[in-house]
Amino acid sequence: MQIELSLLSPQLFLLLWAILVFVVDFFTAERNKASLAYLSIIGLVLTAIISISSKQGETFGGSFRADTFGLSFNIIFLGSAILTVASAVDYVKAHLKHQGEFYGLILLSTVGMMFLSASGDLLTLYVSLELATISLFVLAAYMKSDLKSTEAGLKYLILGAASSAILLYGISLLYGISGTLVLDAIALKLSQMPTVGPLFILSIVMIIAGLSFKLAAVPFHMWCPDVYEGAPTPVTAYLSVASKAAGLAALIRIFFKSLASTSMQWVPLLMAISAMAMILGNVVAVRQHNIKRLLAYSSIAQIGYILVGFIAVSELAVTSIILYVLAYMFANIGAFMVVIAFYNVSGSDDIMAYAGLSKRSPFLAISMVVFLLSLVGIPPMAGFIGKFYLFSAAIEKGYYWIVVLGVLTSVISLYYYMSIAYQMYFKTGDDDSPVRVSPTMAVALVVALAGTLLIGVYTQPVLSAISGASSAFF
Amino acid sequence: MSLGLAHFLVLSAVIFSIGVIGVITRRNAIIVLMSIELMLNAANLALVAFSAFRQDPDGQIFVFFVIAVAAAEAAVGLALIMLLFRNRKSINVDDFNLMKW
Repeated sequence: MQIELSLLSPQLFLLLWAILVFVVDFFTAERNKASLAYLSIIGLVLTAIISISSKQGETFGGSFRADTFGLSFNIIFLGSAILTVASAVDYVKAHLKHQGEFYGLILLSTVGMMFLSASGDLLTLYVSLELATISLFVLAAYMKSDLKSTEAGLKYLILGAASSAILLYGISLLYGISGTLVLDAIALKLSQMPTVGPLFILSIVMIIAGLSFKLAAVPFHMWCPDVYEGAPTPVTAYLSVASKAAGLAALIRIFFKSLASTSMQWVPLLMAISAMAMILGNVVAVRQHNIKRLLAYSSIAQIGYILVGFIAVSELAVTSIILYVLAYMFANIGAFMVVIAFYNVSGSDDIMAYAGLSKRSPFLAISMVVFLLSLVGIPPMAGFIGKFYLFSAAIEKGYYWIVVLGVLTSVISLYYYMSIAYQMYFKTGDDDSPVRVSPTMAVALVVALAGTLLIGVYTQPVLSAISGASSAFF
Repeated sequence: MSLGLAHFLVLSAVIFSIGVIGVITRRNAIIVLMSIELMLNAANLALVAFSAFRQDPDGQIFVFFVIAVAAAEAAVGLALIMLLFRNRKSINVDDFNLMKW
């Protein structure tokens, strides 16, 4: 077997860079720790450049495949890590101890996700998923003396570990049925089988349940609002985008590659999960007073929209999911950046506290509105294009009612997103001192704004860049 | 009567169910972690059984990785439980209710 290590170069480079961050952390004085954030950003940017320029192919007997699909998701993981680290600098300095390890763990988690999106067999997929999540368990509980943060960490750990055990049991059954762990070979084996037995259905249900925990899709969402509220806000931002994108990458790898021939068995299940996520996420979000909890429920609803595209199981499904996750990355991390910037000054996550923000910081207020409109899916923001493609993928296959449901629940989402805008623009708060935004945060916000607006307007270049992604499956 | 694949699978299914019930019903955080270990080991048993009966080594290699991952998970889990115990003097999961579900 020919092993080509050069295909792994982005992953290995980032792994070494994470170790470098841990080592440099030792030799850095406490007051200079913030420089480690910039070191991490440099590493992430270099990894993105290496990812784009390195060649494609597969190695380790098909266990590792570097293709356009993996590359697109790598860019999403790296992008969310860069935006998260950039927005975290001031927050980490003010609220967290052990700053270097914070950035190192984010890099390690990103490495796990990058391996995950490139996995060609179930073993790589499982181990890299764990690398990505175990780092996040630690990050969620990073405020060691804060009761909420540690509670969030333990809840995330128990439910995350239990869900990966369920996923693993599903994988073991799938291995038993097909006799192989390589995704291509499973697809081949399944297509030769005349009928599928109850054991196969059980394995699919367990794999979907295990991965739905990672996605925080209903009915496996109960950890999500608590963990999002308790975890340090930059970690929440990272969790809400990168961790979900990783779950999606795993879902697409397994289901579009190995189980596509049996799509009749699992499409109804995912359709039900999608409908429940859209309804519950949007309805419960209306009643939230804490902005992190509101964004948690909104992220549950967003997963519902993404699954609408997913059930189409077509080329358009792959393209539209990548496009939407890209748009979601800029908008959602952007919204969390505003939350972080506001928290740094006011120390509050309460939506009521946002009253009068348009006077205190017009820049933060207008950015928040842009991000929220993108999450609703209002043109010309990126979210509109993404949702448009997701829904057209479903319509192409004749799933009309779920698209109607998606549009209706989007209307509900407009209400609670705009209630934040209402607080910022039409209410006056007690405090009218200006909210200062640090230069790093301002740059990150501008990048997120640019992403949100440019993808919405110049969709064609992005589409042509990711158009090769579906060739890995169809 | 010789032992067949079904015997191992039934045993693994029973262990897995005990683990799931443990995670759901037990209130002591350490016992919850132990139940998760049971679930992982049930999956390991299934992997090894399939691997042995199919004469294919992949499943057994998988188990080594799972053991390593489970150790990492348990290490982080126990550390977190220690942290919570220091903060609250309790490891009862019902006491961790600052945020409502």
